[in-house]
Amino acid sequence: MEENKKKTFADKIWDFFASIRLAIILFALIALTSIIGTILEQRHDPAKNIQILSKFFGESLAPSIYNISEKLGFMDMYHSWWFVGLLILFSINIVICSLERLPKIWKTIKEPVKSLSEEQLKKFILNREIILKGKPDKVKDTVTNAIKRTGFSYIEVKEDNGYQFISQKGNYSRLGVYLAHFSILIILIGAIIGIFWGFNGHLNLPEGSVSDAAFSDKGEIIPLGFNIRCDNFDVEFYGRSDMPKEYKSWLSIIKNGNVVLQKAITVNSPLKYEGITFYQANYGLISERLEKGIFLFRIISPDGEAQSIELRLGDAFKIAGTNMSGRIVDFSPALKIDHKGQAFTYADLMNNPAVLIEFSESGKHKYSGWILKRYPETWQLSEGPRVEFTDYWGVEFTGLQVRKDPGVWVVYLGCITISIGLFIAFFMSHRKLWVNIVADKNNNTRVIIGATSNKNRAAFEKKIDRLASLIKKEQGGKIDG
Amino acid sequence: MDSSFFFGLSTMAYILAMIVYITYLAFKKSQIGITATIVTIAGFISQTLAIVLRWKEFSDLSGMGFLRSAPLTNLYESLVFFVWCLILGYLIIEFKFKNRSFGAFITPVAGLALAFIDLSGMSKEIQPLVPALQSNWLLAHVIMSFIAYAAFALSFSTGIMYLILTTEKRTEIPYIFWATTFGIFIVILAAMAVDFLTFKVMVKPEEFIKSYMFKASFLNPSAIAKILSWLSMVAIIFITWRYGSVLKAIIEKFNITPDMLDEITYKSIAIGFPIFTLGGLIFGAIWADQAWGVYWSWDPKETWSLITWFIYAFYLHGRMMRGWRGKKVAIVSVIGFTAVIFTYLGVNLLLSGLHAYGELD
Ligand code: HEM
Repeated sequence: MEENKKKTFADKIWDFFASIRLAIILFALIALTSIIGTILEQRHDPAKNIQILSKFFGESLAPSIYNISEKLGFMDMYHSWWFVGLLILFSINIVICSLERLPKIWKTIKEPVKSLSEEQLKKFILNREIILKGKPDKVKDTVTNAIKRTGFSYIEVKEDNGYQFISQKGNYSRLGVYLAHFSILIILIGAIIGIFWGFNGHLNLPEGSVSDAAFSDKGEIIPLGFNIRCDNFDVEFYGRSDMPKEYKSWLSIIKNGNVVLQKAITVNSPLKYEGITFYQANYGLISERLEKGIFLFRIISPDGEAQSIELRLGDAFKIAGTNMSGRIVDFSPALKIDHKGQAFTYADLMNNPAVLIEFSESGKHKYSGWILKRYPETWQLSEGPRVEFTDYWGVEFTGLQVRKDPGVWVVYLGCITISIGLFIAFFMSHRKLWVNIVADKNNNTRVIIGATSNKNRAAFEKKIDRLASLIKKEQGGKIDG
Repeated sequence: MDSSFFFGLSTMAYILAMIVYITYLAFKKSQIGITATIVTIAGFISQTLAIVLRWKEFSDLSGMGFLRSAPLTNLYESLVFFVWCLILGYLIIEFKFKNRSFGAFITPVAGLALAFIDLSGMSKEIQPLVPALQSNWLLAHVIMSFIAYAAFALSFSTGIMYLILTTEKRTEIPYIFWATTFGIFIVILAAMAVDFLTFKVMVKPEEFIKSYMFKASFLNPSAIAKILSWLSMVAIIFITWRYGSVLKAIIEKFNITPDMLDEITYKSIAIGFPIFTLGGLIFGAIWADQAWGVYWSWDPKETWSLITWFIYAFYLHGRMMRGWRGKKVAIVSVIGFTAVIFTYLGVNLLLSGLHAYGELD
């Protein structure tokens, strides 16, 4: 009581922040408030959230509750002043709590283990006693060898009637918890670096186009400092289904007029240049270009000669080695044939690109037929040549997520250290071991083992049993305890 | 013999094991106990075989390489993996604590979960992966999350058993808490069973939960059915509360002390927590970073994982506070697993987010 009175205001604040009570209050507060943000759509238009709120509170109350929650920042709550405030309190809590306890822990780690009396050793839950024949000086090696074989190194202390061997292991494991706590701060610092020195943008880049900037969510222009070009975009499907297997963009980075880097990116494999990363995010067709793209064909003449050609809608071409020619008369990005045999377009993405080609021989119209990119069996003409439809280029855009986050490595560093810290905290322990050997009246030696572990005593007990049986085996003594 | 043959075998083995474990509880003959363990191990081996076979079937079908084809891509497969982890965890506990009484609690969960998958007609088709899901980080993320979930499931059951054993008065808050939680679990299971019987739907679980769940009971268009459902819910909770002592008497037969339950609860969480941190949160973040370019976007799934994480952090620190050890933290461990279930099912199915297996649009 007397001491409490002497506490200054600063001491009280310190104690407040050093307490685990505050920590568990913050755990509860952060967890509970976070729930709200998973129910209300964050950064969404008001109508949607009013609709959600009216499910809970009824139509009439919803708008006013919306207004209140809007004022409290619930519509973007993870960035609101009070949520950020909770995170700051949390960080202070971790720092002060660690500062309060670290000096003591450090002492426990650093200070040599004290030698203990026999009575003290017998008070440990982990204790064993063995009687060995012969004087302490004679059995000493037996005992120390057993200690070494159990995996401990020891300090030897000479005592009146014998020796004491003191060992400890894993004293530094006591720092694991602090490493874990400290890592949380590292992760938060990394997140802050990302918020202040990074950006998050988007870029829709048509095939064949170049851009020197991306766009933020608010529509601001973010200069990149180099040019990026989309050379091609393609979707691969599973078999004949419309289930996408892979989205792929072939990108080139151009700096000072030179192509400095080329990479084909897919969803889980982005491109990174000068700290800016381009992720495959989405894609689409550019409707005003739909008729203006370039058809890429590989024509294989009956005698096996291949020739690549580029054509536009309406263009005609000759097939080498024959007197046939073809003309592109129609196109569909996603062709399907209905049950009456009518061709129609079933999707506004390039799910099944197809061209209708009118074939003539010696100037005379022969027949027309659909050639489909995804169906090689439509490429073969009965006269022998093959018309391979390899791509319809220039009408799709690739949607890239463009991001710069100089803090991400700090975050990952924190992730690595928190994992290490947690694994140390839960799976390693600080173990201390004392072994006394004392001469008794009958010219025998009593071996007294005492041990403590701050975690997982059961596993340590097995070790101690092994130690005892190793000592006993050498001499055929007996164990008590 | 294909994977479904072995799945069927393991389902039967677990249900058989449940019967043997309960017989063991009744007669306490060690031969019966050993039989129960052997049957469980047989079920486990056959389930392991089934998973490996399905893995191979998927790999052959998708042509995506072995690692990418881990059978963990949909609700069905992840439930199977969850059961596998649960049985593994149980077997470890049985050997470590030399106590079989638990089996009577865990094997029904495993057997019923597998039977439930069968009855519900959950889609068992092997489906190819959309681009965002083709990631080794995702694979590690899913595997480790489920190992952690299984550990948390154990802590949930031991937590509830601890509460049942240590509460005396029906007016105590911990008593009311476990009775209500237990009651609600029974009500939800019963309501789902009624749904199945009413609609006899053979649809994907996603569809089932979105469009049919509770439609026969709480969300029934008829007001009478609705009122009846709520009344039976109150009745079931009341019965659990009123006759909780029966449950307590059963558990007391198990030869398990509250201290042992408390220790298993802590140990499971101590194993689950670091695995969940690394696999659930960190690998999930790395995957999101690779696929979308944001390691953390506060989408509902991520946020619920974080909430779960905070609840278990609450548990770990609560244990260090005077007056919190025992019943109070046991309550926290029960709440923790409720959050796990919500993270796993609720978010995907009730709230939708980036994670609703976000296909690119
Ligand atoms: C989400 C953030 C946190 C995580 C993941 C975390 C994790 C842990 C873990 C795993 C332990 C070891 C528990 C055990 O062995 O049973 C621990 C212990 C501890 N934590 Fe935290 N912690 C967090 C936040 C905090 C905060 C804010 C405080 C501030 C008071 C705090 C104070 C402590 C203390 C004093 C210990 C005991 C250390 C010891 O045994 O020497 N923790 N923490």
